[in-house]
Amino acid sequence: MKERLHEILSPYEGKRDQLIPILQKVQGELGYLPDDAMLEIARTTGLSESRVYAVASFYAQFRFTPRGKHSFLVCRGTACHVRGAEKILEEAERSLGIVEGETTKDLQYTLETVACIGCCALAPCVMIDEEVEAKLTPKMVAEIIDGRKTE
Amino acid sequence: MTFTQLQEDARQEWNALRNDNNPQIMIGTATCGRSAGAMAVVKAFEQELEQKGITAHITEVGCIGPCYAEPLVNIAKPGKPTISYRNVTPSMVTEITDAYLVGEDPLAHYTLGTFGDGKIEGVSRVLDTPSFKPQERRVFRNCGVIDPTNINHYIANQGYEGLNKALTMTQEEVVDIMKRSGLRGRGGGGFPAGRKWEAGLKAKGTPKYVVCNADEGDPGAFMDRAVIEGDPHSVIEGMIIAGYTIGSQTGYIYVRAEYPLAIKRLEMAIAQAHEKGLLGKNILGTDFCFDINIFPGAGAFVCGESTALTLSIEGKRGMPRVAPRPRTTEIGLYDKPTLLNNVKTFASAPMIIVKGAEWFASVGTEKSTGTAIFALTGKVNNCGLIEVPMGITLRQIIYDIGGGVSDGGEFKAVQTGGPSGGCLPESLLDTPIDYDSLDEAGSIMGSGGMVVLDEKTCMVDVARYFLDFTEIESCGQCVPCRLGTKQLLEILKDICKGRGKEGDHELLYELSHSVHGGSVCGLGQTAANPVLTTLRYFKSEYDAHIYDKCCPAKVCKSLISYVILEDKCKGCTLCAKSCPVNAISGEKKQVHVIDQSLCVQCGVCMEKCPNKFSAVDCVSPRVKTEVS
Repeated sequence: MKERLHEILSPYEGKRDQLIPILQKVQGELGYLPDDAMLEIARTTGLSESRVYAVASFYAQFRFTPRGKHSFLVCRGTACHVRGAEKILEEAERSLGIVEGETTKDLQYTLETVACIGCCALAPCVMIDEEVEAKLTPKMVAEIIDGRKTE
Repeated sequence: MTFTQLQEDARQEWNALRNDNNPQIMIGTATCGRSAGAMAVVKAFEQELEQKGITAHITEVGCIGPCYAEPLVNIAKPGKPTISYRNVTPSMVTEITDAYLVGEDPLAHYTLGTFGDGKIEGVSRVLDTPSFKPQERRVFRNCGVIDPTNINHYIANQGYEGLNKALTMTQEEVVDIMKRSGLRGRGGGGFPAGRKWEAGLKAKGTPKYVVCNADEGDPGAFMDRAVIEGDPHSVIEGMIIAGYTIGSQTGYIYVRAEYPLAIKRLEMAIAQAHEKGLLGKNILGTDFCFDINIFPGAGAFVCGESTALTLSIEGKRGMPRVAPRPRTTEIGLYDKPTLLNNVKTFASAPMIIVKGAEWFASVGTEKSTGTAIFALTGKVNNCGLIEVPMGITLRQIIYDIGGGVSDGGEFKAVQTGGPSGGCLPESLLDTPIDYDSLDEAGSIMGSGGMVVLDEKTCMVDVARYFLDFTEIESCGQCVPCRLGTKQLLEILKDICKGRGKEGDHELLYELSHSVHGGSVCGLGQTAANPVLTTLRYFKSEYDAHIYDKCCPAKVCKSLISYVILEDKCKGCTLCAKSCPVNAISGEKKQVHVIDQSLCVQCGVCMEKCPNKFSAVDCVSPRVKTEVS
């Protein structure tokens, strides 16, 4: 990992104002921001470690723990909310056996919520990796998860 | 190459496509279309054409607006108006191909209508339908019409004409026309754009920056994404004109990282504009140089605020600068003069330059000119993006364009402006849509989210929902916002949980006013709007929660019970089998019973109970149990 990290970071030596793109790039490659990477980013940019952490922890995009192979994103936008997003989330939690923000033990799924994926006409919806599943009922959520498990 | 040459080339390409003897198939593949399955439809058409040896052009276009009809497929045959097919699935593709591409049967029952001149028997014209008639597509002029990945399509449709014209004008003349147009900031604040551009021009200091705010974070708003995905050059052209006007050479587009397709479209558009000499050094042969960078935002709602956004580009925490702060036009990005506008504001500028201030102000009201774009969603039949003249009433939008409340529901409220906005009741449906009228009613125009709520929506829960959002998104630097939103949320949660008490109304009012008056930025200052408007217009619902422990909409879990109706239950056991907490007991073919002390109000039993029995009911207040 160290070599890979070095490769990603080398064009950014001393470029403090590029901190957010750097964090995005590293997370994009590694899936999350491990401690070592955070220290290396601080060293490369010349920013203090606390500053790098302060910025990374401010933005919702960045995470410090490994993620599941697939992301299971439940939309909590207003349109989804009034059409029952809460029940969709509950069913996803039940079916996956984890709560919001967690990753399944087999590292297959990370369950998260998002403020809005902008498919309001298809509410309530979830996004599994890049695919949107639309106009869901809790029953459909259970079926989708069961179906993927048996695949 | 001169602009005239660019235009001629582009028109040639466009006209060749238009006048081609082969049919054209245009499929809406913006994010909304894709979510509804548009890519599978594209594939199905490709296969179908190949298998049957039919020659036709397939073009992927942007969002056409009516999300409820996605995936949308427009088919134009030579000499005929374009037919728009709605809710197309791959299984319909063969039928459409055989009937209309090969034959002449338009399959009227699959259509939304026709666009363009001419008439097709049995199919109505889309623009004559109640849903489209009140609309005026200006910012959306090209969305769904042109191929957003082809700069020539944009140029052939008056694209970059505004830039070409602006470059022959003085900077002051551009400011003047923008001021006279009356265009107000489309991000929601409504600050006159012309005055902002003037301040940008007059600001001292170099370099100057132009920043486009595409950090569309309001839940329920996705029009900026639609504009970028469907017509990226309109935004870029607007920014170049702004750069010329204020004397800037560098632009940034701050766009949500959650919008990967929009980012891709912008990258492509910027590269194409470079190739044509419309961006970069010596634009169109003049001395003016301008370039645009894309900055993918990392997910913080507060970065929609201008000072937070600029700090974020600098690689810092996006915390709004503390008042008294200079305007961003004076001290903005890297402490330099910065002109920051929303996507739709920039996209409006080119047409204002080409067609004139008077044209722009010819629709709308005196103080709010032009059109407004809304994402009409929630409990409404025709969900989607709409563009309407300012001044149209909420009622026209919901009932004419939106086709009324969905699933036979009863209208309760309409929420505008997202977390900073408010909920307006039936009695205010004749309010005209403009910045000032909505403000007066206690809501805001905001970025354009418009969510219709019906009798199954709990207004206290809606207020709680928005506070939940602002509490999480508060950046935390100022106490009134950080703690105020937290306390407002706690009080609302208590009320929803049946722990509301005498005096909660007053406490909510008092706290709301403190948060409004004491917060540093717009996020905190408007955070209480959902609470204040629901208290003002739906007080009885708060009363029911607080005094009767009843949620009239049967949404708040702590105030409802699920019960099995003895006379309807046939003992099919479906509910008992699916109950996640084994709270339901009963033998086969015997009436089942829910143990209220175990029930978690998930509602699965009600969903599983076959419609022919409908034996599960939801009641509020809760049924009394021996335990409680």
